[in-house]
Amino acid sequence: MFKALIARLKQGHRTTPWPDGPAPELPERFAGRPRLDASRCRDGCAACAAVCPTGALSGGALDLGRCLFCRACVEACPERAVEFTREPAMAARRREDLVVRGGAYRLAEALEAESRRVFGRSLKLRQVSAGGCNACESDLNVLGTIGWDLGRFGVQFVASPRHADGLLVTGPVTANMREALLKTWAAVPSPKLVIAAGACAISGGPYRGRPEAHDGCGQLLPVDLFIPGCPPHPLTTLDGILRLLGRLG
Amino acid sequence: MTTVHNAEPVALDMVAPLEPARFRDEVAAAVRGGARLSAWFHHQGRLWAALARDEAGEIQLACAPVQGSYPALTPRCAQAHWFERELFEDSGIRPEGHPGLKPIRSGTADFFRVEGEEIHEVAVGPVHAGVIEPGHFRFQCHGEDVLHLEISLGYQHRGVEAMLAGGPDRRTIHVVETLAGDTSAGHGAAYCQAVEALSGARVSARAMALRGVALELERLANHAGDLGALANDVGYLPTASFCGRIRGDFLNMTALLCGSRFGRGLLRPGGVGFDAEAGLRRELLRRLDEALRDAAGAVELLWKSESVMARFEGAGTLAAESCLELGLVGPAARAAGLDRDVRHDFPHGVYAFAQIPVSTARTGDVFARAYVRWLELQRSAAFVRDLLEHLPQGRLRAETGPLAAERICVSLVEGWRGEICHVAVTDGQGRFSRYKVVDPSFHNWFGLAAAMRGQPISDFPLCNKSFNLSYCGHDL
Ligand code: SF4
Ligand code: SF4
Repeated sequence: MFKALIARLKQGHRTTPWPDGPAPELPERFAGRPRLDASRCRDGCAACAAVCPTGALSGGALDLGRCLFCRACVEACPERAVEFTREPAMAARRREDLVVRGGAYRLAEALEAESRRVFGRSLKLRQVSAGGCNACESDLNVLGTIGWDLGRFGVQFVASPRHADGLLVTGPVTANMREALLKTWAAVPSPKLVIAAGACAISGGPYRGRPEAHDGCGQLLPVDLFIPGCPPHPLTTLDGILRLLGRLG
Repeated sequence: MTTVHNAEPVALDMVAPLEPARFRDEVAAAVRGGARLSAWFHHQGRLWAALARDEAGEIQLACAPVQGSYPALTPRCAQAHWFERELFEDSGIRPEGHPGLKPIRSGTADFFRVEGEEIHEVAVGPVHAGVIEPGHFRFQCHGEDVLHLEISLGYQHRGVEAMLAGGPDRRTIHVVETLAGDTSAGHGAAYCQAVEALSGARVSARAMALRGVALELERLANHAGDLGALANDVGYLPTASFCGRIRGDFLNMTALLCGSRFGRGLLRPGGVGFDAEAGLRRELLRRLDEALRDAAGAVELLWKSESVMARFEGAGTLAAESCLELGLVGPAARAAGLDRDVRHDFPHGVYAFAQIPVSTARTGDVFARAYVRWLELQRSAAFVRDLLEHLPQGRLRAETGPLAAERICVSLVEGWRGEICHVAVTDGQGRFSRYKVVDPSFHNWFGLAAAMRGQPISDFPLCNKSFNLSYCGHDL
């Protein structure tokens, strides 16, 4: 018992003060929201599109819904037209808002007043893992650790869809998970939300185009929040959820 | 059979096809003699087997023509059980006489049932209560006791082997890094080794060492996380919450190297994508010491808490003989005293120059699986420290040219869950005509089912966590 208490003292208090204080520092090499300066592109050059694994780049636009943040495009671009900043905020409300052109970007807006009244102070989510690589799930679980303590915002992952206000989906939705996902969705009482987290859930990610999977959950469910990343950094996810609930900015 | 070493390609026509009955006899005899079935698959009208001989550090390759059906190997070799089901599901070729022939990835309604008035059945999943991957578990119970557990997977099946065939292309490395997202470095290393061997690329000593750092940081993060999760499952919250954070500290060290907590982009064919300059190395060493000190404080509490030890000891025991018979790998096998470890038995890359002691325990229970992780955690930390303190010079990345045509190459890596096996087969143009992936979980899921026999069903979460297997790595 005393050993446990001493260990507890040594480990200290470790929850991030964000959003009221500074956010945890992101590593220098972290790839956050990209900037695209199409004015630098040479005529007919498509060096970035030629190396992109998921077809995220076309016509001077970069689709964060497909992007794996691998930065192959940065390496390939002779004009330094693509650049990844360390900005973690990237979540958006509409699929088309995930397309980056230039530097401007439309971040997720809060739910409208009535939904905010219902979900704003207590949001229970049922997580459905549907065919990704499990890194998305891992970094979601991190939000529950003492470093982030998601519960302090009234947001919680619950065991039963009956207790949930919505689903948080990861993975491209494999054919084998389609039925389970739809049944889970049907079991959530209305009003209800859908959050698609990670490139897989938004667009199929690295598995895009496979007959064994759908290209994301948007084909099956009405998505309210898209969180880009492969996987999204815990800060990107938390930022997105708090924006949705109107508790940021 | 043809003998090769780890990541040593051989021309396809050097592996002479055996007559089918002889093929089966030779594979069964090799396994009886201590070899492990590392891979078993169908390709262009032939059955292929890759056998790992741990003590000799050699891999034996064999193949035989097959059509429609063949007499199953499983009755003579339990390790083949899952492989033959996979083969049947993927190719339609029927292993005649297989004792439980059904698909492993496309679900089944035909569960093994125990009959009797007092027998009841418990079905769990595919959607589970936590933030975890989907899978279905079917228990046959008598009261609290589990008589039989059947594990039915495949919900994460997204067709990755089919995607890898025809490559390498610009998506290949990303599919490899996400075969099992918590093992990006492990699978990445297996793929890079295969491509480098097939293209004759020479990886520098510096790149090899940095890969070693990536692989061991991956092990450190996952082992720390698992120890915390085990503590959580027995309700010992101090260690659970400390280790959850310490796992993050290790992941963040990987992110310091490459920006991604999961090591995405760190390993690339020909070398590595990022360097560790002196300042970064100093910072990594500082964080390593701190994380290890914190881990020691958190983990030692477990062994000193009677309430924890009472739950860990004697739970989910799998004896060494069972591990041998089922072909278990990684910490689960080492916990029962089997000293198999690819880093030691088939050393490649940095492991060929620097040794890391193999950690074993004896009892094969939850305690032993936890304790082996703790031993490995300490040894990996020492290994990383050594690599960072003496990082050799060399270029980060060498060019990898076209792959040699008509070759087969077996690439083994000790991932944090155990042996990762990739088998790359190239066609006349040097493209993958087949890319077979065997995640350690493929061997070990059956071990979990076996470990649950005679256990109270309430110990399932704990036993499950002590194996902590991958669904997506299995489902592919
Ligand atoms: S960083 Fe995104 S846009 Fe650039 S190549 Fe990778 S996936 Fe494509
Ligand atoms: S988005 Fe990326 S990290 Fe998330 S499940 Fe898909 S492949 Fe894995």
